[in-house]
Amino acid sequence: MNNAITGRKTENAIKESMFLFLLYICVVIAILTLMTLIYDVISTGFERLTDDYEIGIINKIQVENPRDFLTSLDSRDPLKAGIGPAFAGTIWLMFIVVSITFPFGAGAAIYLQEFAPKNKLTRFIELNLTNLAGVPSVIYGLLGLAVFVRLAGFGRSVLSGGLTLTLLILPVVIVASREALKAVPDTIRQGALALGATKFQAIFRQVVPSAIPGMVTGMVLGLSRAIGETAPLIFMGALTYVNYYPDNPLSGFTAIPIQVYNWIGYPQAEWKDTASAGIILLLLLLLTMNSLALFIRNRFEKDW
Amino acid sequence: MEKVNLNTSQENLSKEFVFKADNVSVSYGEFVAIKNVNLDIVKNKITAFIGPSGCGKSTLIRTFNRMNDLIPSASVSGTINYQGVDLYDKDVDPVQVRRRIGMVFQKPNPFPKTIRENIAFGLKVNEMTDNIDDRIEKALTQAALWDEVKDDLDKNALELSGGQQQRLCIARTIAVEPDTILMDEPCSALDPVATKRIEDLMQELVQNFSILIVTHNMQQASRASDYCAFFTTKTSDDGKRRTGELVEFSETNSMFTNPKEELTEQYISGRFG
Amino acid sequence: MIENNKLYQDLTKTYTRPVEKIVKFFITSAAFAAILISISIVFTLLTEAINFFQDPAVTFKEYFTATRWTPTFKNPEYGVMVLISSTLYIATIACLISFPLGLFSAIYLSEFASKRTRKVIKPVLEILAGVPTVVFGYFALNWITPNIVQRFLPGSGVFNALSAGIAVGIMIIPTIASISDDALKAVPNSLRFGSLALGSTRRITAIKIMLPAALSGIIASFILGFSRAIGETMIVTIAGGQYPELNLDPRRAMYTITSSIVNVSLGDTPHGTTPYNALFALGITLFIMTFVLNLASDYVARKYRKEYE
Repeated sequence: MNNAITGRKTENAIKESMFLFLLYICVVIAILTLMTLIYDVISTGFERLTDDYEIGIINKIQVENPRDFLTSLDSRDPLKAGIGPAFAGTIWLMFIVVSITFPFGAGAAIYLQEFAPKNKLTRFIELNLTNLAGVPSVIYGLLGLAVFVRLAGFGRSVLSGGLTLTLLILPVVIVASREALKAVPDTIRQGALALGATKFQAIFRQVVPSAIPGMVTGMVLGLSRAIGETAPLIFMGALTYVNYYPDNPLSGFTAIPIQVYNWIGYPQAEWKDTASAGIILLLLLLLTMNSLALFIRNRFEKDW
Repeated sequence: MEKVNLNTSQENLSKEFVFKADNVSVSYGEFVAIKNVNLDIVKNKITAFIGPSGCGKSTLIRTFNRMNDLIPSASVSGTINYQGVDLYDKDVDPVQVRRRIGMVFQKPNPFPKTIRENIAFGLKVNEMTDNIDDRIEKALTQAALWDEVKDDLDKNALELSGGQQQRLCIARTIAVEPDTILMDEPCSALDPVATKRIEDLMQELVQNFSILIVTHNMQQASRASDYCAFFTTKTSDDGKRRTGELVEFSETNSMFTNPKEELTEQYISGRFG
Repeated sequence: MIENNKLYQDLTKTYTRPVEKIVKFFITSAAFAAILISISIVFTLLTEAINFFQDPAVTFKEYFTATRWTPTFKNPEYGVMVLISSTLYIATIACLISFPLGLFSAIYLSEFASKRTRKVIKPVLEILAGVPTVVFGYFALNWITPNIVQRFLPGSGVFNALSAGIAVGIMIIPTIASISDDALKAVPNSLRFGSLALGSTRRITAIKIMLPAALSGIIASFILGFSRAIGETMIVTIAGGQYPELNLDPRRAMYTITSSIVNVSLGDTPHGTTPYNALFALGITLFIMTFVLNLASDYVARKYRKEYE
């Protein structure tokens, strides 16, 4: 009898370990892939981003990185090309996106969470939001092309690009803001109303201020998604050889991911390094933004 | 339940009533939470609602400041007369009602702001912002909290102890100068020491306010209140729903020494509840 | 009956502040904008796509039956089946990678990992989810293709479907993992502990009890992952190349719906021309595919979700 139990035990133990091993492998592959990706990008691009070197045969030019990489214009020479206009374009886009997404996103969330009656129409709006969140980003690009570039007449400008990105992340920001509002306990609303406040006063003077950290976090995360996007901006003429800084919202532009995409496409080997340098910059930018979101969440979000 | 009157009509004349509830029932959709309540609440006295849980005491007390309006499925039938006005008259604004009839909740719910801002909020929404600092001091003094927080008015209210938070909630309620305070089990989340402080506070407050208190604690009702209303639940015929009913309503002393109804006597002596 | 006139006057006063009205109008419009955006998408895609099909050079029949997609050639052909089959092909490769990796990672996280391990691995997955697709495209072209595909599959071109498929698969792992993890976590502990208390092992509990209980959420995550794979643009554009004919060889380039949208817009296609309108025909095709899948995912998640008390 003892043998039967121990025999079973060993057989089970083997199966257990094998299963656990399988699970480990899967997790490890996922993590390793990320690490490989980061390592590959950094090893290829780090020098390009930070080294100083000399180029040219007759007219020698001194290139000092990272300053020159960050501020130079694009060029036919992979060693001279810089990400300046693309960086500026990305900053422009960020401003446009935030200034439109935050009020609309927060406003819509406040309406849906605090004021909307629980009827079919509201359900329909919520359904739309869920569907919109799943639409591929390239389709938003097509929409932007038809509506902003052509219909509204903004042309292939940074404004069109910013508005298109706004549409892309609006559903996500609305959902995140709603969650922040939901997290405020109902007792706060009731306490405010019991003092003779109107619903409007209770919501805007007590509930919304408490939910602001969560809403800001949602905005920052949405923004970090927006600036990593390439597909929607393709139709904004951002792929053409843009070699200037945008100086007004209707100006042409390029953005960091677009610039990187261009560089990836060039066949010469040196462009690989330049593209990697651009990617490092993009990843650093995203890292900063996500850390900011995390910081806001930890410092300001209330522990109810 | 028959209309339960307080003593003789002559004594009725000398008392002033802040609420007169006539055949009041509250339902949530199909479900009747409490029905056929007839009560006359005396002004400037402490009236306690007691009874086992689920008999609609909280539901009933919320009809007095129209907080049930917040629940879409809730409906109130019967009349509640508040100092000569039908509280549920179609033109009466619940917002105005709630300024005059304040509420303190079961779990202390101060706003996540400073002590000063907690009290200032009610004053601002009711446009009572003249001499705001004096008003804040007065409210905190009346709530027996001033001495403890007077140097820390800019401290976050959530840093106060449970008992202090509840007194802060009372302070912000009385800052807007209501004439009635509704209290829904205000001490059930507090320790006995804090509870005692609030009960003492109630005795002081009742000189200026009418107080209605829902309590699970019979001893609290017997020692702290002037009048007592005892509720119980009646199960429906199919055994699925329980509807609350008023069993007895009289002066606390006489209810606890000489209850008129058998159910009352059973509850008081601890045989159920 | 009104006995107390003064009190009645006070109680019936209602203040309306104009600011409140304006703000309420704004936030209501903001919410309804969601519907507006949806309508705009459908409307825009539809109208321009209709323009496409009204062009005498293109017919419905040709769209669905032609065997090549060559809008910029002298004798253009507009056969979308090439693109659809390539899209599905690459998406399938992606799913073959992401479904097991994502699901098993989720099982590990929710059934086996300690709290501390979870705290480390979950952020890693979130980082993976945050990597921009252009970076994955770069990775596919410059690392996966030389180190994996060309090493193990001789004869592969610089642009090949396998590389793109692998990269898309990796990109989707966090989606599968986090939704499945949520689904598994939603199963009440009573089931978990009940099984273990009966002497069952963690492995058997995970496979025979937890997995079936969370199945609706897991299937929903699969459908959603597939939808995302279909809609993915940059990775396939960068690494998948263009090969406008029907083929099933993973070593060769493949042209998906999304990469052809990109390539059409790269060329000089002024508004009003057939290639321009073709963009929107492709757009609406893609939209319908992903929309149906998203609806299916939502349906599965709702309808078959077991309600736990």
